[in-house]
Amino acid sequence: MNRKLLDLWVGFFVAFGIAALLFLALKVGNLSSANFSETYALQAKFDNIGGLKVRAPVKSAGVAVGRVGEIRFDPQTYEAVVTINVDARYHFPKDTFASILTSGLLGEQYVGLDVGGDEKLLQAGDVIAKTQSAVVLEKLISQFLFSKASDGPDKK
Amino acid sequence: MSDSGSLVKISGLNFSYDERPVLRGIDMDIPRGKVIAIMGGSGCGKTTLLRLIGGQLKPTHGEVQVAGHAVDRMGHDELYALRRRMGMLFQFGALFTDMSVFDNVAYPLREHTSLSEELIRDITLMKLSAVGLRGAEALMPGALSGGMARRVALARAIALDPLLIMYDEPFTGLDPISLGVIGQLIRRLNDALGATSIMVTHDIHESLAIVDYIYFMSGGRVVAQGTPDEIRASKDPFVHQFVYAEADGPVPFHYPAPPFGKELLGKGAV
Amino acid sequence: MTRVTEWVSGLGHVVNEKIARLGFAARFFVMLLVYSGQSFRRFPLTIREIYFSGVLSLLIILVSGLFVGLVLGLQGYETLQRYGSADALGVLVALSLTRELGPVVAALLFASRAGSSVTAEIGLMKATEQLTAMDMMAVNPMARVVAPRFWGGVISMPLLAAMFSAMGVFGGYLIGVVFIGVDDGAFWSQMQSSVDFRQDIINGVIKSFVFGVAVSLIAVFEGYDSTPTAEGVSRAITRTVVTSALAILALDFVLTSFMFRGL
Repeated sequence: MNRKLLDLWVGFFVAFGIAALLFLALKVGNLSSANFSETYALQAKFDNIGGLKVRAPVKSAGVAVGRVGEIRFDPQTYEAVVTINVDARYHFPKDTFASILTSGLLGEQYVGLDVGGDEKLLQAGDVIAKTQSAVVLEKLISQFLFSKASDGPDKK
Repeated sequence: MSDSGSLVKISGLNFSYDERPVLRGIDMDIPRGKVIAIMGGSGCGKTTLLRLIGGQLKPTHGEVQVAGHAVDRMGHDELYALRRRMGMLFQFGALFTDMSVFDNVAYPLREHTSLSEELIRDITLMKLSAVGLRGAEALMPGALSGGMARRVALARAIALDPLLIMYDEPFTGLDPISLGVIGQLIRRLNDALGATSIMVTHDIHESLAIVDYIYFMSGGRVVAQGTPDEIRASKDPFVHQFVYAEADGPVPFHYPAPPFGKELLGKGAV
Repeated sequence: MTRVTEWVSGLGHVVNEKIARLGFAARFFVMLLVYSGQSFRRFPLTIREIYFSGVLSLLIILVSGLFVGLVLGLQGYETLQRYGSADALGVLVALSLTRELGPVVAALLFASRAGSSVTAEIGLMKATEQLTAMDMMAVNPMARVVAPRFWGGVISMPLLAAMFSAMGVFGGYLIGVVFIGVDDGAFWSQMQSSVDFRQDIINGVIKSFVFGVAVSLIAVFEGYDSTPTAEGVSRAITRTVVTSALAILALDFVLTSFMFRGL
């Protein structure tokens, strides 16, 4: 077989293979959207994080602005400490409200940031003071039943 | 070189596959510039002997010296350096099936020399011309007849002008014309190149016509030796059987077995 | 009693033989790596083998990838729409392909298409004394014949697996979006939000690389170790395909359990 033709075919093959890898990385995977080149870390303490996982998205107004970096348990306060890495392009006021939300009824959980009105901004390493834990379905149901039970006799 | 008379010197050579002895105490002295035949029945260890000379096998006892150096004590690089000075013709040619005739013959030159492509082309065509196949340079090995394939392999074996050329059964499966052609080529090339040739074969008549000296082997030993004239005149029963192709003699027709009568009766007798 | 001891010693013999062979294979692998340097200096040899094992496997890989994607699209839609989450079809197709099916099925196809032909080629070169002839010409068959075929396979395999996955995702898209009518935006955006580059795609590439090493090594070893007869070569080819398939599936289990632990 002609050497030039062989090189040409192998060249095509390798180019096509790399194109397939790029397609997987950019179009199928999240390399294009989710790689925040520069981030800064914030911390938030939650009573209960539900099913939140490392690398879950952090969203503000529905836009992904960062990712959950680390989750650990604080043995002093018995709280979950979640480190979130926020894209360096975005800054949030001191009184930003962090809550653990669920996308859809059964979807994955993410951290939502609701912006407050403070003039001062959160700096790297700061702790978000105001948080709201994940909604745990069992607790919700028992609360509902409890309130029904306590409401009950008054009506009569 | 200390021993200018002989190119290959084999002394007290023993070789066993696992526990089975193949060669037992071989001594040979192969002088430079001669064509030597090693003969014997099938499976008497002739091909093993060639492999020992080429350094592909290591002797159990004894040693093989080529050009004054013990082959079995060489390292990988030394051995490869020696093999560049050896050519070997395999039984069925062993041409590389994915290359044309030209590329097959040019292969050793391309691997071991830094000659320009034009010079390689000239040498290759010269070698092919020496075996009479210059016109077949573009063919693939699959398109060659057995005799032609062997001539191409011969051209490849002499591409680097070797000191020593080894032939493993060069005459097997050839028609009488090709047989004569190969025989003449072996002799002519040896003399033209000033090389030494060792030929392993069982084709007695073709060999007697071209060689200088013959060793007969049987059961892993050298049983007879001599020049072609001595061999023809030999009274040795083994040589006689071989030269005149008698079915029975010192080399028995029957594979060792218990007496036939006993075996036939065997079942009933128990 | 004697039958029992015979059986036990027979078993011991088989085990001994297998272990000796494994040791031989390990030594072979080391030699292969040692002589790889020589073959890299003559890279055109490896390019030739990429052509034979990679380019010539393209057709079967692309067509199979497309069909696997089509089937995943149909089956996935069938199941997902019962739970009203047909939008997640893209996720299902992409995750099953990049994590498992892409590397595994591509490697199985590669073993039977390219691995078997490498074994046959080396086995026949051995049977016709071409390897011995090369060695006698002071050319190391390990560097000249074995190493280029090994590296050709190792380089081709991840590329083929990536193409298989890409083709499969395209097949899923074709069935899901074009024929069934799943929402185009949801298909891609859900896929992108759940397929992680490092976790899923890079791990898939690592898997296909490991499979490439395993299949290529098995193929060249079986060829080099084959009995130099027609029957021996044909048995070596069978062993290549069977051993490769087992190795791929076993390695897949091991790799998966390391990669996706705790997810």
